[in-house]
Amino acid sequence: MSDTFDQIFVSLKHWLLGYLPVWSQPVISCLLSIAVIIVAFATLFAITTWLERKGLARIQNRYGPNRAGIPLTNISLFGLGQPAADGIKALTKEDIVPFAADKLVHFFAPVVLVIPVLLSYAVLPIGRNMVAVDMDAGLLFFFAVGAATELSVFMAGWSSRNKYALLGAMRAIAQMVSYEIPLILSSVSVIMMVGSLSTVKIVEAQSTYHGLLPDWFVFTPWGFAGFILFMISALAESNRSPFDLPEGESEIVAGYFIEYSGFKFALFFLAEYLGMFAISGLGITLFLGGWHAPFAWLTWIPSWAWFFIKLVTLVLILIWIRGTVPRLRMDQLMNFAWKFMLPMALLNLVGVAIWHFMTPGLPRWLVGFALVVGPYLLLGRGLMAGKNLAKRTYRFAE
Amino acid sequence: MNTSDHPYLFILLLGLSAVAFALIPLGLAWLWAKKYSPKKENAIKNATYECGLESKGDAWIQFKSEYYLYAIIFLIFDVETIFLLPFAVSFTGLGVGAFISLMVFLFLLVSGLAWAWLKGVLTWK
Repeated sequence: MSDTFDQIFVSLKHWLLGYLPVWSQPVISCLLSIAVIIVAFATLFAITTWLERKGLARIQNRYGPNRAGIPLTNISLFGLGQPAADGIKALTKEDIVPFAADKLVHFFAPVVLVIPVLLSYAVLPIGRNMVAVDMDAGLLFFFAVGAATELSVFMAGWSSRNKYALLGAMRAIAQMVSYEIPLILSSVSVIMMVGSLSTVKIVEAQSTYHGLLPDWFVFTPWGFAGFILFMISALAESNRSPFDLPEGESEIVAGYFIEYSGFKFALFFLAEYLGMFAISGLGITLFLGGWHAPFAWLTWIPSWAWFFIKLVTLVLILIWIRGTVPRLRMDQLMNFAWKFMLPMALLNLVGVAIWHFMTPGLPRWLVGFALVVGPYLLLGRGLMAGKNLAKRTYRFAE
Repeated sequence: MNTSDHPYLFILLLGLSAVAFALIPLGLAWLWAKKYSPKKENAIKNATYECGLESKGDAWIQFKSEYYLYAIIFLIFDVETIFLLPFAVSFTGLGVGAFISLMVFLFLLVSGLAWAWLKGVLTWK
């Protein structure tokens, strides 16, 4: 019974394709998968915008959106109609292009941004037998298309012919480029343990249960360090707070998309969130066991449901971080990437190798633990030395 | 019928769908604007935004050379990660010796990073 639910989308697709002529099946099969990916993640985007505004409002002692609900009635549903209202607003707003802008590049930047973001979903396993393309070089494909978003960011910043936009684009490129290396290096540790670049194989490698806990990579010393490094880099890659310098509202207003209005602005917003889901999904695949249930007795819940439960949990944590952590300064951001993240990610590779060569047991855990905590303390203390930092005092409103 | 049997077809179709996903709403918005709210452009409204002040000078200017230095270091490490990937894939079948020789390769690159660090390139000014 649980198997039927687990494979419901896969069997549904097979059943639908059975009614079609054989020659059209490959194309229709691809289009059906694409439609499911786009609809599922666009819906998640709509819910997340509402969730984020509600969550941030709660953190800041406000109500957040609470009016828009079902049209022509008084039912407000905690403001759940807000995403639809936002969508209509974006579609009907005037599209202003500055006279000074490079019109063609200005138009293509948001379109170019959406392509790599959606392409990265091709290799993301969202359930058992539910990966669009099981590529041997899946991870490499993900990082390759993920890096292409930088092109669009610079297209937007440069073509707007606006000082803030250019500043924002330069910052965004410097930031994304710097955090890409710890991002890839922290996933290399997983590749070393699994011995494959295929996302499906990586999820399979985490399928067993060891006592109470599952064999997810996050429950090893190197995996835990790798997961933290990966998520910090993922935050920076998706330009989210506390790494939202490229769009820092209080200094450069909106950064590289300052001159965009109407649906082009909405496309930037959408691509940013879809990118965040994709990279969080990759974090789940690499470290959090993909679509596997956390406990053996919970395997009756469908695999795709587990993937989305994990994804929403990660997104909620990211919203929480956005609501509580202040924005970094540019020099702090670059120093953190090159002087802390990169050495830690490289040392983590040594940690994973030693974990692999040692026999299972308590000594392995102690050595693995020491190889994470030792460098962390030494590097952290070393970088803080001579900074003459005082403890910050806060004053709260009564 | 699995989409994995035709990976290139799927990626091509996904790319095309992404273009359509961006262009269709833009087209709808354009049609709406054409019918109900035609463009009323003027020099002030379509001026470059600079917080309400009139913008001075061109935005297409030279920028800090620090960005290039970071880009060069990035390039070195990005190529390094490409070399790391095949090693990582075959790591489970390799012995300690192969691992140590890779560590020597990593050490050479890290010494470059350490040199840049001591030189002060990594300190944002």
